[in-house]
Parts: sequence; structure tokens; C-alpha cells
Amino acid sequence: MYGKQLPIVDVTRPAPAGASAGSATPGKHATFEYLTTRKDELVGWARKFSLFPYPFVTACCAMEFMAVSASNYDTDRFGAALPRFSPRQADLLMVVGTVTQKQAPILLKVYEQMCEPKWVMAFGVCATSGGFYQNYASLPGIDRIIPVDIYVPGCPPRPEMVIDGIMRLQEKIANGRHPIINDRF
Amino acid sequence: MTATVFTQLEQSLLQSLQVPAPPDADEALPLSPERPVRSLGVQHGILVLELLPEALVRVARGLRDDFGFDLFLDVTAVDWPDRTPRFDVVYHFYSTTHHVRIRLKVRVHQAADATAPDVRPEVETLTGLYGSAGYMERECHDMYGIVFRGNADLRPILLYEGFVGHPLRKDYPKQQEQPLVPYRPPQSALVR
Repeated sequence: MYGKQLPIVDVTRPAPAGASAGSATPGKHATFEYLTTRKDELVGWARKFSLFPYPFVTACCAMEFMAVSASNYDTDRFGAALPRFSPRQADLLMVVGTVTQKQAPILLKVYEQMCEPKWVMAFGVCATSGGFYQNYASLPGIDRIIPVDIYVPGCPPRPEMVIDGIMRLQEKIANGRHPIINDRF
Repeated sequence: MTATVFTQLEQSLLQSLQVPAPPDADEALPLSPERPVRSLGVQHGILVLELLPEALVRVARGLRDDFGFDLFLDVTAVDWPDRTPRFDVVYHFYSTTHHVRIRLKVRVHQAADATAPDVRPEVETLTGLYGSAGYMERECHDMYGIVFRGNADLRPILLYEGFVGHPLRKDYPKQQEQPLVPYRPPQSALVR
């Protein structure tokens, strides 16, 4: 397993021995009567299973992105199912492939169009660091222009690596802070 | 099979260009507009002609009209930084009827006068013969700074406005970047 367990306490059931989780009387109704949790954990739990990715696909890693989206590996299992084709509807920017210096303003504009909260995955070694390109043409890693949350290296990465990256991003979201009113507004 | 095609092509080319003998035999003879072929041979299965720049358009038109080389494949350049005519401009043509390729090479000076560094390497454009030459000449101008005389549209095609220099020249520093977006300072992905 990964991440934390669901931080919701079912008080209608008897507390296990040794734990003092409230003084609930069991079995009155078969439904939850009330929940206790922390706001950050609840919001993080909700957000980590509803990632809406926007694939910014520029190069050969696209083949591996198709493989990881298709039925064999199936990112739908992680809630990251439906690629949105507008950055304004997405909260996970997946930068798949080499980004050139000429394309960097486009990537920056796409990132700035996304609403908060938003996360960025650098998919493949070119997006993480420029990879074996170190020349006039290519951007040496997209973190030179936008903040990156999760790096998935590999040329191209295996689908298992991408799934591991998504799970680690979910872990990061679940453990992160989720201000409802943040310092930006 | 291809060898006989090449032999026939070579013979007819030599006759068409009125070259008295295979030019490899007498290198001492000076090249002239009447004798524009510097060398002629077969490399890697492709017939290769090295020409004087003045004869380029004439030979290309002859190849297109008389020999069926109807497809303009590519134009690129080779930078020889220590050679006196610094650049080779290399053309490839293909004949869709005979299924053969031909390569033309033209030597281009970096500058006509060493005291005038702004003089640009120039060669005649082939856009009058092949429409597709326009894009590829733009790319060659991007990468090597070759100016194609008569090509009205030499805007950057793979590079961007404001790029300084020509990146495939040997004297361009190979790790020099010219970013369009200013880089942000490095930050850890663990802190957001």
C-alpha cells in the first residue's frame, strides 16, 4: 500500500480494544452519523483521486504515454483517467517529451492558464533534465521555467515508472497542505 | 543494374556538359564556366558531381528537364572551417522515373574579401526550378548562414527571431543556449 489510510473514523462501529475513538454506541443505524478528520487530509484525499491530466506531448515519449493510458496499464485505476484537452480544466500538467527553447513560451503559457491547485509531472528524461540534449535547441529540463512536482526519468520511462510517479504524486498531494484561501487570493 | 544506369548517366552528363574528358584525369586544367565539373564519381551508390557555383542552376535545370530528376530532396551544407572556400552546399535530387539519386556539391566562400567580414556566403537559389527548395533553403540559412540569392523569404524556420549566429557552424559553441523564457532559480521539488 501507499500513502495514508483513509482518515475517516466510523464512529458507528465499536472502537477496537486499546483505542479510545469516541464514545459511540454501536449499531443504531447502518450509516455514518458523523465524521472526524482534518481538513487538509480530507481535501488531499479527495484531490489525489481526481487528477485531471493535461498531456503536453511533444516527442517520442508520447508512445509510452499512450501505453500507460491504454487498458494494459490504465491510469484510470488511479483516478487520472481522462486527459483534458484544455489546460483550464486540468490540474496535472504532464510534460511528455523534449521541450525546445522555441516551445518554452508555449509551455509557460499553458502552465499559467491552469487553475490552482496544479501539479506538474516531467515525463521522460528530456523533460526532467534535457537528457542527452545539451545544445542550442533544447530546454535543459522544464524546471528551468516552471515548478515540477514529480520527475519520471527514462528514455522513455516504463509504464510502471509512470504509475509509480503518479502514486508518489498522490502521496505528495495527500500529505500536503491544501489551503482553501491561499496567499494568492 | 544501378551501375549501368550510372554509367549511362555519367556518359550523357559528360556529353551534355561538354566536358572533354573525365575531370579526374587532368586536375591541372583550370575550371571555367565551360568546364564546370570539378569531379564526378559514385559514392555510396549515389552519383556525385562537384560543380562551380556559376554552373549550378544550369546543371540543375539540365538534370530536371533532360534526365528526369523531378524531385528536390534536400539542400544542406558542410562547414570546413580550415578550408579556403569554407562551405560545401550539398543538393540531392531524385528521379521518380529512373529511381536514382544524384548529389551536387558546390563550394562557397565565407567572404569574398577578408577585410569585409559582413560579406555573406552566397549561392544562387533553386526556387525557380523547384518550389520545395524554398523551405529547405530557409533551413540551410538558419543553420549555416548560407544566403540563397533570389530566395525572397529567408526568415527563420526552425530557429526563432532574435537567435544570434548559426548553430551548425563549427565555430558556434556547442552548449550555448539562447533561451526565450528567462530561467528561474533552481528549487527542490520537495518544497512547494
